[in-house]
Amino acid sequence: MAEIAIPKEGLGFGEAIPLRKIGPVERLIGPESYRIVVALLKTPVSILGFSLIAFFVVVALAAPILAPPVNPANPYDIPRDGFRAEPQPMMSVWNREQPPLPVWWGAIMGTDQWVHIMGTSEGQYDLYYGIVWGTRTAFKTGLIVTFATLFVGVLVGSISAYYGGAVDNVIMRGVDIMLTLPFILAALILAAVLTPKIGRSLLPATIALITFGWMGYSRIIRGDILSVKQRDYVMAARVIGVTDSRILIRHIIPNAIFPTLVLASLAIGDVVLSFAALSFLGIGTPIGYADWGQTLSFARNWITSLATYWYIVVWPGLTLVLFVMGWNLVGDALRDVFDPRMRGRGGA
Amino acid sequence: MGTYIVRRLLLLPVILFGVTVLIFGMVSFLSPVERSALYIRDIPRNDLQMEAAIKAYGLDDPIYVQYWHWLVGRTDAQTGEHRGGILYGDFGWSRTASQPVADLIRNRFPNTLDLTLWAIVPVIAVGIWLGIKAAVNHNGPIDQGGRVFSVIGTSFPTFVFGLMVLMIFYAKLGWFPPGRSSDWASIVIRSEQWRSYTYLLSLDSILNLRFDIFFDTMRHMVLPILTLAYLNWAVFLRVTRSSMLETLRQDYVTTARAKGLPEDDVVNKHARPNALIPVVTLAGFTVVALLGGVVITETVFDYPGIGSAAAQAAQNLDVLTVLGLALFIGLILIVSNLVVDVAYGYIDPRIRLD
Repeated sequence: MAEIAIPKEGLGFGEAIPLRKIGPVERLIGPESYRIVVALLKTPVSILGFSLIAFFVVVALAAPILAPPVNPANPYDIPRDGFRAEPQPMMSVWNREQPPLPVWWGAIMGTDQWVHIMGTSEGQYDLYYGIVWGTRTAFKTGLIVTFATLFVGVLVGSISAYYGGAVDNVIMRGVDIMLTLPFILAALILAAVLTPKIGRSLLPATIALITFGWMGYSRIIRGDILSVKQRDYVMAARVIGVTDSRILIRHIIPNAIFPTLVLASLAIGDVVLSFAALSFLGIGTPIGYADWGQTLSFARNWITSLATYWYIVVWPGLTLVLFVMGWNLVGDALRDVFDPRMRGRGGA
Repeated sequence: MGTYIVRRLLLLPVILFGVTVLIFGMVSFLSPVERSALYIRDIPRNDLQMEAAIKAYGLDDPIYVQYWHWLVGRTDAQTGEHRGGILYGDFGWSRTASQPVADLIRNRFPNTLDLTLWAIVPVIAVGIWLGIKAAVNHNGPIDQGGRVFSVIGTSFPTFVFGLMVLMIFYAKLGWFPPGRSSDWASIVIRSEQWRSYTYLLSLDSILNLRFDIFFDTMRHMVLPILTLAYLNWAVFLRVTRSSMLETLRQDYVTTARAKGLPEDDVVNKHARPNALIPVVTLAGFTVVALLGGVVITETVFDYPGIGSAAAQAAQNLDVLTVLGLALFIGLILIVSNLVVDVAYGYIDPRIRLD
């Protein structure tokens, strides 16, 4: 028997209708968004995805404990064990400039000899260290790029949708033009143009990914705004003379932004992937910076002997795959939740 | 249909103009010295030469004047020689490739085209087959398997997948080497007796009746094709599956079943043709994307196409070469997107009404 709630300021006929109990969260984000959140938290696929993401969050937070840096001021520089070209196998002993031993190592292994857990790559960069600190790089770039692209995308998309007509036409053709070049190629060019100007760091690739990454959001938010714009309360606000910017910011965007927000939160996986691709191609971070794409790119010079040095591909590669898969699993569950035909079938 | 095509054609110059402005915008980030490679081979070394080059080619002119010269080139006042001008197909001098960018494109693009033509067949055929199987067995084991496959497929970055297949099939087993052809084959290809009919190596080797070279070429292309196929199957599977599921729910399919048609006929003759309409566009755009040079795949397998040329140039910060390649790729994409759109209008009348 459904619970019957009687609205306090009843409209007269409200008493007869059995109402669902609405919790504070649902009241805050609205029924449609609430349904999506609940369905996501109940699907096994997305639970697996969330667990993977949680694992990486823990690794990123615990990086100084998992792999203590040699120089705490520059933790993203991967420590090197000498300068020899050939990779060293897994569990080989640190010879030179051994970083501080993590506290848990002695407790588990019973020795105070720090080793290359995953081996070293070309030039004796410690793979384990690169992967652990690379997790921080991944979250950092993923979050920055996602927030920035979201901001630009929402701004452009909402202006385009709200004003419509010629403004809309011009902006959307601009978006078409920006989308003409393949994403990775466009980002590659811009990063290559920027690198001599601002030096090798996270910046060129980040700026490039932002510049060519916002168009998807502006298309989605534009569609959602176009439908919200037709609602009566927007008309009412306009009639009583509310300014354009206030209607847009207070009335339209909050009601149209949820799908875009969800998509953006899941785009972090893709952003990290693109960033890694740019580093893999040799654009972006300085050599020896803890970042997964670059760690992988070291393997490019050893392709003929990968049968021996398999660990220089497998560990960083697996890390990247699991990270992206975490976000994709949640995204896959989300696609089902968003699919209107699945509505009323208990979520996923 | 006529107005639809006209509307698309009218938009073409706008997009072309936009893309050239976008790319020229990035050119103008460069210093005048670097930009001089648009017109001359030797980058000026000392101040005097630099001044002369900047003056001769107007590299400090207002930006719109430079844009115009970038389009149509400049005529040397003394020798009367015409230099530069992308409208004349002169994209400047490539420092990293030590040849004009236009020649670089001429040498590299046939390889990309060759790879595209070979990759698209397994991509489309297997992708569609998997998608239809998954939809017909909705929520069955094939469907669930396909779903797992597509999540894993989309999670595998190209370069990780590429390096891993290289590790297994080249480093370990020695079956499929990277690159374009073996040394002995390259010697034959560069020799006098070799005739290039189409510039597509796989086709030329058949026309030259050198089946050993054909075999060698294919051996080098197996891994890039596998990588491209693997990455695109996931997408084709998804699109075909959801489109097929939707079609199978339509009333006319129920009618076909109700009148007692065998299930195979319902699926293959009634549902499939309509379900494949969105897949046709996807196929079109996939060909276009592959033609645009698959930067990462070509780089991982050291395959000499335009994608890897762009990556190499970018790595060496040879921006002018990258921009020349980007412009060429942009033009190809614009034109072929138009073709795909128009073709789609023919296949599905509903689009034209939009």
